[in-house]
Amino acid sequence: MRWMWIDRVVELVPRQKMVAIKQVSMAEEHLHDHFAGSASRPAMPVMPACFIVEGMAQTAGILVGHAEGFKEKVVLAKVSRAELDLDARPGDTIRYTAEIEQFSAVGASTRGLVELISWGGDGPGNPRVLGRIDLMFSHLDNNMGGEKYPEENFVFSESFATLLSLSGIEAPAFG
Amino acid sequence: MERSEIFDKVKEVLVDALAVDEDEVTPEATLIGDLGAESIDILDISFQLEKAFGFKIAQGELFPEGVAQDPQYVQDGKVTANGLALLRERLPHFDFSAIESDPSVANIRQIFTVDALVNFCEQKLQAA
Repeated sequence: MRWMWIDRVVELVPRQKMVAIKQVSMAEEHLHDHFAGSASRPAMPVMPACFIVEGMAQTAGILVGHAEGFKEKVVLAKVSRAELDLDARPGDTIRYTAEIEQFSAVGASTRGLVELISWGGDGPGNPRVLGRIDLMFSHLDNNMGGEKYPEENFVFSESFATLLSLSGIEAPAFG
Repeated sequence: MERSEIFDKVKEVLVDALAVDEDEVTPEATLIGDLGAESIDILDISFQLEKAFGFKIAQGELFPEGVAQDPQYVQDGKVTANGLALLRERLPHFDFSAIESDPSVANIRQIFTVDALVNFCEQKLQAA
């Protein structure tokens, strides 16, 4: 099972835009260490920034993969920009909105907005901008170096199929 | 558009795509050797040039692709005379003199200069 950093796709406009959410949970073990309490400081569980970047990479990667029916092996090739200004804590919802900026046979660039939705007694609060993450993806089989990769699409695994199916999005059998 | 204006736009693209300082982007600077570009940066640069100048760049139009593996261009680790003639025809924005003096395939990266990008954009804008 691949480590998934999004729980559900809530909107998909093919070749343009995808929105996904993640519920941050205290059951995630890494939050116990990030950051653990000490004699001088109470515990401060916050979602590690690298996993927020990965969440956006999965959101944008699915959007880019969906554009060509998941035939391409879409891999994250570059984090062009990542600015994260707020912490996401257990109980928060992270909402990822990825948009394709440019797309070619070789790869794609995406722009991404990360929002934080905190819950209170009255339900979800207004989304606040957590950060922005712009990425570049490469279509591996069309790489400029002419390198060859296995025929099987090892990028879009069963976990992605499950996620898309749960989100009501039609996708071919992966793996 | 004036060449100096094209250079300034190209510089802006390279500063953003490669996270280099403005003063590093000189006409003779090589993209890979001097400015540290990797293969994915080439795609980033192509995308950003398209946006900055409003033209489309076809695959292989800006940079040669798969040349090192293609016997039509390279044999025994050297660019052949025929290969060089073909490259000149396909990619008129490059200055191939470095390959003329030493046809080692490793030398191909020497022609990827900032000036070549400016030439490319100038030729694309003139053709439009």
